[in-house]
Amino acid sequence: MASSVKKQPKKRMSRAARREAVTGYLYLLPNFIGFFIFTAIPIILGLLISFTDYNGFKWNFVGLHNYIKMFGDSQFKAALVNNLIYSLVSVPLTIAFSLILALALNRKLFGGGFFKTVFFFPNLTSMVAIGCIAMLLFQPADGPVNQVLRGIGIAQEHLPKWFMSTKTALLTVIIVVVWKQAGYYMIMFMGGLKSIPNHLYEAAKIDGANSWKLFWHVTWPMLSPTTFMVTILCFIASFQVFDIINVTTQGGPGRSTSVLVFRIYKEAFGEWKMGYASAIAYFLFVIILIITLIQWQGQKNWVNED
Amino acid sequence: MAKSKDGQNKKKMKISTVLIFFFCCIVAFTMLVPFVWMVSASFKLNSEIFSYPIKWIPEVFRTLNYEKVWQSIPFLQYFLNTLKLAVIITLLQLFTCSLAAFAFTKLHFPGRDKIFVAYLATMMVPWHAIMIPQFIVVKAFGMYNTHLSLIVLQAFSAFGVFLLRQNMLSIPDSLHEAAKIDGCSTFGIYRKIILPLSQNGLATLTVLTFNSVWNDYMGPMIYLDSDRLKTIQLGLASFQQQFSADYGAIMAGTVCSVIPIIIVYCIGQKYIVEGVAFAGVKG
Repeated sequence: MASSVKKQPKKRMSRAARREAVTGYLYLLPNFIGFFIFTAIPIILGLLISFTDYNGFKWNFVGLHNYIKMFGDSQFKAALVNNLIYSLVSVPLTIAFSLILALALNRKLFGGGFFKTVFFFPNLTSMVAIGCIAMLLFQPADGPVNQVLRGIGIAQEHLPKWFMSTKTALLTVIIVVVWKQAGYYMIMFMGGLKSIPNHLYEAAKIDGANSWKLFWHVTWPMLSPTTFMVTILCFIASFQVFDIINVTTQGGPGRSTSVLVFRIYKEAFGEWKMGYASAIAYFLFVIILIITLIQWQGQKNWVNED
Repeated sequence: MAKSKDGQNKKKMKISTVLIFFFCCIVAFTMLVPFVWMVSASFKLNSEIFSYPIKWIPEVFRTLNYEKVWQSIPFLQYFLNTLKLAVIITLLQLFTCSLAAFAFTKLHFPGRDKIFVAYLATMMVPWHAIMIPQFIVVKAFGMYNTHLSLIVLQAFSAFGVFLLRQNMLSIPDSLHEAAKIDGCSTFGIYRKIILPLSQNGLATLTVLTFNSVWNDYMGPMIYLDSDRLKTIQLGLASFQQQFSADYGAIMAGTVCSVIPIIIVYCIGQKYIVEGVAFAGVKG
């Protein structure tokens, strides 16, 4: 492109070029102002606040106190552990489920377009709506799910209490989230599957590969950049889970479904411990940053291989 | 020999296709059944909702749940508030993002690519990690408990710039260069050439933004306090907590909150799917 023009900004620009530069900045300005005030400044501000005991009115500098306090705080530790369990269970389940759906729809199938529409639909509805429905479906006493379980002969005392028990609450949240988001990642997998050139399959078929071998020796390796990307996106999203928790369990029963963003919200907007909450938020930031850096590194490797 | 094997393969294909079809039917059933149950429950009395076996079609369609929702909370107000926010934010995003994307693709100025990389980097910053300092900034502007707070926070999206830029890159430069020679102003080029040719990207951004504003829950929860300002998700959530035993009414409220999204999905399905696929390719 015309990169030769802008590679030499030190030299005096011609009048036309200068005018175009000014126009360029002007067109950028509306978006840039917003971006600067509401994203760039908060990124710095957040770090500063995390070294204070800001409570919405006044602040004192407290150094690393918030970060030290964090690792002695049983509420935070419970949230971190829950969040890790949530991520490590929900991500593989989502990947497996969405990949299976994408593979199923990747061939000519009667009603394929309809299935795609339906599988994606829960993803568009809000977590609040889904949470309201799930609370009733999974109601322990007479909810439809437990009634069906009772109907197939599960004894009353063995019926799960879903959102209402410390043992099953997090699992129930995971079930609902995987069910909701599978269609989203399915679309990404479908894009990846489409980009696999057909001649690879044909060549493998000529060599006598059955469909199982086709999957392991053609689809899976060719799909790996997509799988990698989906895994990363899904992991990042899993550290931001909040809506479903706040609508259904509010972190309970006990602390069994308290997660990182839920803790941040409670500390910041429930107890106005903004400084401390900012420290947790920065901790979250670093986790996501690490995942993102892994992604960039991984992407570079894949680009090189191509 | 070869022929019979071929036939065998075809038969196998057919069987597996039928199996996959049934699998898809089962999954589609589990995806839809909660929504069907929701609609069915919204027309029932509380005493009928948990009757077993489940009566999918209520014996009598009762609208009392809907009446209750619309009378006990200002549902219409929530609805209009959300619609207002969704429309304003979507329009502003289309405007600011398309201008920026235009500058990033068709105009030349020093530092252009560096600024773009900075944009990309902030796309990686999770909103939840900066919601506290954002809150402090918004409050300092005196915008707490106004719709303006949510508008200014969402009107400038790095993702939107990225999406539209990708779209505009595919428009050949010769087009606007020719227009420039013919004496067309920069704004003229933007409005008469670039915008019409990036309709697809604009449509995708419209649908995605509208959907995300409509479904936003945490933003309104943090920034809106007065009842008259609340959005539909916030209203629904507080209704659910307040009337937790009134199952029918909760389902009626949920139905009302989901209907607009179904309409948007019917109109813009193609663009939504494109947007998701795009997010998958570029992260």
